[in-house]
This record gives sequence, C-alpha cells and structure tokens, in this order.
Amino acid sequence: MKKSFKLEGLDCASCADKIQKRIGKIDGVSDASLNFVTCKLVISGEESKMEQIVTSAKAVIKKLEPHVVVQSI
Amino acid sequence: MKKQTKRILQISFGSILMLIGNYLDTGNHWLTFGIYMVSYIIAGGDIVLTAIRYVISGQVFNESFLMTVATIGAFAIGEYPEGVAVMLFYKVGELLQSYAVDKSRKSISGLMDMRPDYANLVSGEDLIKVEPEAVKIGDIIKILPGERVPLDGLILEGSSSLDTSALTGESLPRDVYSGGEVLSGCININGLLTVEVTREFENSTVGKILDLVENAAVKKAKTENFITKFAKFYTPVVVALAALISILPPLLLTDATFNEWIYRGLTFLVISCPCALVVSVPLSFFGGIGGASKNGILIKGGNYLEAMSQLETVVFDKTGTLTKGVFTVQKIVGMGINDEKLLELAAYAEYYSNHPISASIIKAYGQEIDISRIVEIEEFAGLGIKAQIDETRIAIGNARLMERLMLDTPQIPPDEIIGTIIHVAIDNVYSGYIVIADEIKADSKVTINMLKEAEIKKTVMLTGDTAVIGEEVGKEIGIDFVYSALLPGDKVEKFEQLLLEKSPKKKLAYVGDGINDAPVLARADVGIAMGGLGSDAAIEAADVVIMSDEPSKLIDGIKISKKTLSIVKQNIYFTLIVKFSVLTLAALGFASMWAGVMADVGVTVIAVLNSVRTLGIKSQVQ
Repeated sequence: MKKSFKLEGLDCASCADKIQKRIGKIDGVSDASLNFVTCKLVISGEESKMEQIVTSAKAVIKKLEPHVVVQSI
Repeated sequence: MKKQTKRILQISFGSILMLIGNYLDTGNHWLTFGIYMVSYIIAGGDIVLTAIRYVISGQVFNESFLMTVATIGAFAIGEYPEGVAVMLFYKVGELLQSYAVDKSRKSISGLMDMRPDYANLVSGEDLIKVEPEAVKIGDIIKILPGERVPLDGLILEGSSSLDTSALTGESLPRDVYSGGEVLSGCININGLLTVEVTREFENSTVGKILDLVENAAVKKAKTENFITKFAKFYTPVVVALAALISILPPLLLTDATFNEWIYRGLTFLVISCPCALVVSVPLSFFGGIGGASKNGILIKGGNYLEAMSQLETVVFDKTGTLTKGVFTVQKIVGMGINDEKLLELAAYAEYYSNHPISASIIKAYGQEIDISRIVEIEEFAGLGIKAQIDETRIAIGNARLMERLMLDTPQIPPDEIIGTIIHVAIDNVYSGYIVIADEIKADSKVTINMLKEAEIKKTVMLTGDTAVIGEEVGKEIGIDFVYSALLPGDKVEKFEQLLLEKSPKKKLAYVGDGINDAPVLARADVGIAMGGLGSDAAIEAADVVIMSDEPSKLIDGIKISKKTLSIVKQNIYFTLIVKFSVLTLAALGFASMWAGVMADVGVTVIAVLNSVRTLGIKSQVQ
C-alpha cells in the first residue's frame, strides 16, 4: 500500500536525500521517494506494518529536520 | 513563528549586538567576548544545536556541523567578530536560499495548477461538492461554466467548448457534445455539462499527468547523478584539505603561525558544502520538465530531458505522426459531368458502406443525404459499389471494378498516384475519378526544417505504405531517408540498424503515435508518442508524450531540453569556478571567511535563481 505525505518547511536538498534513504531502510518499506521540489513523500510498504512504518518515518524526519511539519495527504 | 520570520529576527538582533561589540570599546576583554558570544548564540545557536544533533546521529559532513566548527574555531583563535559575522552571513544566505527555493517551488506548482479542487456530485436532487478523489466510476457529476473538469467521463447532457490548454498547451478550444468524452484538467468554457464518470481520479488524465510529472524526478539525468557523486567526495576532500592546511604549514615552515593557518583552514570549511549544486541542478531539471508539461510535452524523467539535447537522429512513423492518419478527398476529376455532381452521386452510393474511404467521400460532400433518393445498392467486396440513385445508375470502385464493367480507365497523372483512386461510372459510361489520400500535417514540413536547424543530422521516416506514397510524402516534407513497405517486423529490424549507425555518444529518438509501435518506442533512446491526449497506451509506452497531435512540439521539447542543460551547465561551472577560486585564494591567505560564506550561500542563491529560468522557456513554433 502507498501513503503520501507533504513535508512542510523542507528546504535542504541533501537532508531530503538522507530522509528518503533512511525511510527506505525501515522494516516493511518497499519504496520511499521524497521529491524535494514538491515536498511530497510517498512510502510504499506492507499494509500490516504501515502504522509502525509511519511512526518510524516521522521519527526519522523529526531527528534529521525537526522543524519540518509532516502532513498526511 | 514562521521559520523565515524567526531567521530575520535572529539576524537583526545578532547584527545589532555584533555592531555594539565592534564599536563599543569596553576595555575589558571578557566583556567584549561576552557581547560577541551572546550575539553568536542569538544568530547561530540553532545551527550549533542542529550540528550537535547530527553528530549524535553519526553524521559529520553536513553544513551545520562544518559551519559550527568554522565559527567556533574562529572564536578559539580570537577572531570573535569573524566568528559572529560568518554565522550571520550564513544565516542571511540561508534566508535568501529559502526564499529562492520557495519562489521556484511556487512557480513549478503554478505550472501544475491543472489539479481540480472539487467535483459537483449529483446526489438525488442535490448537488454536493466533494473531493475529486471521492468520486467513483459511474457517478454523475455536473460541470458548470468556468469550472475545471475534475474527472474523465462521458457527457450525458449538454454541450460546451473546452479549454484544453492545461493539457495540450493549445489555445484553440475544443467543442464537445452529448455522448462525447471529456478529459479532466480541461476548463469548461460556456455550457453546463452532465457527465458520467468513467475513470477514478487516480486514473483520470489529470491524475496521470500530475503523477507522471511529479515522479519524473525519480529518473535522474546523468548530470544529476554526477552531482550526487561529486557532492559525496567534495565535502570530505575539502575538510581533509582544511585539516592539512591548518596543521602542516605551521609545523613545516618556520615563520608560519597556527592562528594564521587555522584561519585559512576554517575558511575552507565554510566553502565545503556543495549545496549550490545539490539544490540547483535538480531544480533546473524539474523546472525544465515542468515548463515542457505546460507546453503540452510530458517528459518522464530528467534522463530523457537530457537525452533530447543530444539527439542526432530522429526517426518518424508516417501514418498518424507526420500525416493525419485520416483519409480525405484530395481531388475530384469529373469527365462529362461536373465535379460537384460526381461527388454528390458518389456520396449517395457510398452512404451505406462503412469503409473509411466511404466515410471520407460522404464527409467531403458534407450535405444531408436524402435516403429516399437511394433506390438500390449492391456492394462488391474488394471492388466497390453499384447503386441506383433516382434514375441514375452508378458504379463506384477501383480499377478492377471498371475492368469488370468493360470500361477503360484513363492514365492517372503521377502526382495523383500517391492516393487511392476511386473510379466512377454513370449509366455505364466512365465519368471520372476521386483521389483520396492521407493528409500531411500542417506543421510536418516546418518540423523537419527546424530539426535541421537544431543540428539533427539525420531524419528518417519508416512506413508500411508503398514506396510511391512513402517517397512522395518524404519529398514533400523534406525528410532525409524514407524506408517504405515495411512490415511491423521489418520496422524493428530497420530501426536496430539505425541505432547502430548513430555516433556512440549521440541519441536517437523515435516519434510514433503510440499505437502498434510500442517495441520501437521502448528500444529508442527517447521514445516519443504523439497525440497522447486520452490515450493510455501512449502514456504508458513512451518516454516523452506529446499531448497534441503536432510534430512541431518536438522542436519545443528539444529547445527546452537544450536550454535546461545549458542552465545546468552554467550553474555547475559558475559554482565550481567560484568555489575553487576562493579555495585557492584562501589557501594563499587572500580570502577571508566572509568571502568563503559568499562562495557558499551566495553562489547557491544565484544558482537557484538561475535555475528558475528553466520555467520560462517559450514555445518556438507558431
């Protein structure tokens, strides 16, 4: 299943890269893509683990870019 | 508080305190240090915290950390004003950069404003506004004048003109009627339309286009990959050089002081972020792709946008690409009867046939057919039709039909052989013929001409049609090579050969209508499908989709691609030249940390602003 988020306040391209890589490594994630220009994060992963995945992903973002506001879309 | 407002406040208070520290002669070293320290904390405290957080999570090579080391280092060697000023400067740069990125993001999302906000769902007697995503297949929606079509569907009631410019870049409105199809993303200009939804938002035209453009960033151009690789080694190398410069000369040279050389090393640290490239290059590509989509050209990735700037050979399919793929009456030659009368009788005779040629004759006649005049009709497969219209007996068909009727057919002038010839006999007397042919698109010739101007070395046309037709069309539009009478298998074979013939570093594009040529589209460096509006197959198979039916969009695509690449190159050269010059000057002791910050954030701001120019590339062909 796919879930999309908008990352408000994302203004560092290399951080975006790091966020994408780290989220991609979360257990159960098959693909994560973060578009720096549109600030859109799309996570594809196992449905049963999705809740856990989203929590971990938010933690990753919090750690790397604490000022970014994550919105579900 | 907004991040930008916070930054402005930090910068203002930090600067005021720094100026106080600078001009207030306290006479007390520690008081001066205190004032500078407070202004440093105001200006850059958050950067230091970010740096600490990064170090805890095990990452050293990031901008915040390097800036922190550089400025704290400045403090350590007693250059307090320098430490504060560099932090302030960095903050100003960050602020400008964030404005610039915001601006380009806004311009790009402006391009994608084809997203519909709502749909008017019919629910019993009521009309409710819902999110387009919430509408299901089979639901009925109403589209009022001035509104954007939210989902693809069939018109149940009403007629209107649609502005398709968001999809095709075309300003000419398209008329739609009850029973016809509407595509999402168009704007309903004047009529009220009642529409049955045929595709969910995700699969609707606008949903697909948005998805495609947004995801285009995933397929990166070679240049982008190069920048990513370059960025990976640039920072560690500059940091290592900074360390060497700080330590080695004072140890090896007798008159070199640690303070002096550490300062030079710290300047290196300030310049060690490749941000200008990392931010501006993807922005440029995205801008180019966005600008192209505004012109009705969908490019599925930075790699394809890049490849379009390196084209050497362009191969075209004929039917539906360079020609309209629709048969039309080209010429009517009446013998012993006037042309209008000949056409009228032909149209009546062909009325019940569903052959494409019949359709073209009836269309050319263009008037109401009075069925009561048709007395008798007999169709002979592969030959033609015999009919009685009023009192007149008419036979219409190919030369073999005339042969059967023992009628001689005249010599057809060579320039008319390229079409299909339909002979007509009236009351068993040969009375003339009608030439029917596929029509060359209005902009085909201009396209080939402009391709040559755009330094495309070779243009080729592949067709399944006969050599006579192929050659004639090829000559008419000025294409370099024509290969005719190709079966689908031959097409692939010929194409493979063309791929072998091109120079290794150059690219080959194939332009087709997306029907039947999927294997060739996939094989080409750049597979371009035309007339993609509403055709799923084309959008799936191709790397580049031209939404309208015009081959000349190819020229726009190439121009946008070249322009984008040149902006990317400008940014790369500009950034590298400035950075390496300042690095060299710093090593020699001529550049201050201030210059270092300029080479870092200043360059980023300029590069980002330059990349915004990719959005403004205008259509070249009228």
